[in-house]
Amino acid sequence: MREKLIEKGLLLVAFSAVAMIFLIAYLIFREGVPLVAKVGVWDFIASTRWAPSKGQFGILPMIVGSIEVTLLAVVIGATLGLSCAMFLAEFAPRWSVRILKPMIELLAGIPSVVYGFIGVVVLVPFIRRTFGGPGFSVLASAIILGIMILPTVIAISLDALNAVPPLYKEGSLALGATRWQTLYRVQLPAARSGIIAAFILGMGRAIGETMAVIMVAGNALTMPTSLLQPVRTLTSNIALEMGYASGDHQAALFATGMVLFVIIAILNTIALVIARPRT
Amino acid sequence: MNHNPLRSLLILPVLLGAVLLGSGCSRGNKAAITLAGSTSVEPFAERLAELYMGVHPDAKISVQGGGSSAGIRAVTSRICAIGMSSRELTPEEKVLVEIPIALDAIALIVNRHNPVRELTMEQARGIFAGRIRNWREVGGPNRRITPITREEGSGTRASFEEKVMAAGMPKDKNGKTNPDAFAADALVQDSNGAVREIVASDPAAIGYISSGLVDERVAAILMGGIAPTEAAVRSGRYPVVRKFLFLTNGEATGTAQAFINYVLSDSGQNALVEEGLTRIE
Repeated sequence: MREKLIEKGLLLVAFSAVAMIFLIAYLIFREGVPLVAKVGVWDFIASTRWAPSKGQFGILPMIVGSIEVTLLAVVIGATLGLSCAMFLAEFAPRWSVRILKPMIELLAGIPSVVYGFIGVVVLVPFIRRTFGGPGFSVLASAIILGIMILPTVIAISLDALNAVPPLYKEGSLALGATRWQTLYRVQLPAARSGIIAAFILGMGRAIGETMAVIMVAGNALTMPTSLLQPVRTLTSNIALEMGYASGDHQAALFATGMVLFVIIAILNTIALVIARPRT
Repeated sequence: MNHNPLRSLLILPVLLGAVLLGSGCSRGNKAAITLAGSTSVEPFAERLAELYMGVHPDAKISVQGGGSSAGIRAVTSRICAIGMSSRELTPEEKVLVEIPIALDAIALIVNRHNPVRELTMEQARGIFAGRIRNWREVGGPNRRITPITREEGSGTRASFEEKVMAAGMPKDKNGKTNPDAFAADALVQDSNGAVREIVASDPAAIGYISSGLVDERVAAILMGGIAPTEAAVRSGRYPVVRKFLFLTNGEATGTAQAFINYVLSDSGQNALVEEGLTRIE
């Protein structure tokens, strides 16, 4: 009898977690859809003029900005992260892995505003002095985000590599392959789905990051045509304007949230599909 | 089921939690108020709150930023007791009670290594609109200008738009002047402090902040030959001046009323003058 009660209790809690997600989605769509209907889907997504005080709500520069910054961040994070995971899985001495892995997980605990702060104080002046431009740029955002997604990419790639059956590795070495050849031609392909899932989850984190990006991106309303130009992402737009937005402007910010929601839902679905273990 | 005596002790933290939760529920502490709004007014309000709480230890005053428009929204929905604004209210917002507390000049600032120290209104407008793109066009070195503006809800931005971006612009058929638009590629930051930090570290940057916040790392530009000093503000010769407003929803009562009285008194106004503002007459 008591066990049934506990079972029902846990079921209730589980359902409320799922219900929360549906509730948030419902609220965002309820506020955002009327505005997109009013402005027109094409005008909303494809127009380049964002001037809420004049009733213009084109978010194309911010969609392009978010995508540019995220893609570059994933390139940086994936390269560094996968290399680190490969090193930790195969070439690092056991004792060093016991130290390095917790330290990398610690990176995930650093608040994003601290990353932003370091970006403003160290990275932005460096980019300005070395490459020109104002320093606040696509490049600065991508570097900071790339570092922020490292713990995610490393942890999941490492798990994927360690999950490859030892038989594969032993068989390859027995056939005379070197350790690098084994890693590159046997273990990596075997861990492929896990590694791609790691990249996509890193991408999801990067596209949603707000605080650090506001501090280093410059938030200009132009379409970013060069890596050194300032940029505004979808998340920064919401955060900068939500304090005082009302009426249509506020609905437009909800609609921006809707677009983000859709993008992230698509990314996560792709991750789930690709990461399905092959039988 | 085993009746472990230790298990019965588990009820204690639950009870403790319930007691703490219950006592945490505020019974509407009348001595605590919050001010929210303009990031220009914020540091001055903080200083005044500090002085006030020094004399009245039972009062609790907390100050937040968020921008003028956010502050107006907050006080309209009664989230905070007093809103702070550095711009004039729009006709829809005029339902609030406005209490001017000081005059503030908006200083255009450049990096202290930038030799340009004087601009006309035309030049300032041209720079922030993106038409003048290089410092050598206004007598400086050959360097691309990086203009920095504030977010749309900023009172400082609204006042700057009204006083500088609209100056010299033609009136439309309704008699309204449409201000010149800011350059689309101008950097946008969300507080006076952030603008000052960027200008202090980038020799090519120009921005506008409350003149009370100018420090030795940035230089204030002379507008039409006039520097934003207290005398120039009071006499009206410096052209970019705005009022700092405290806003309340209906007549202020209790701590809010007492605090406002303090700010308008001689000691409050003297404190503001010390910090770089001009007293309200």
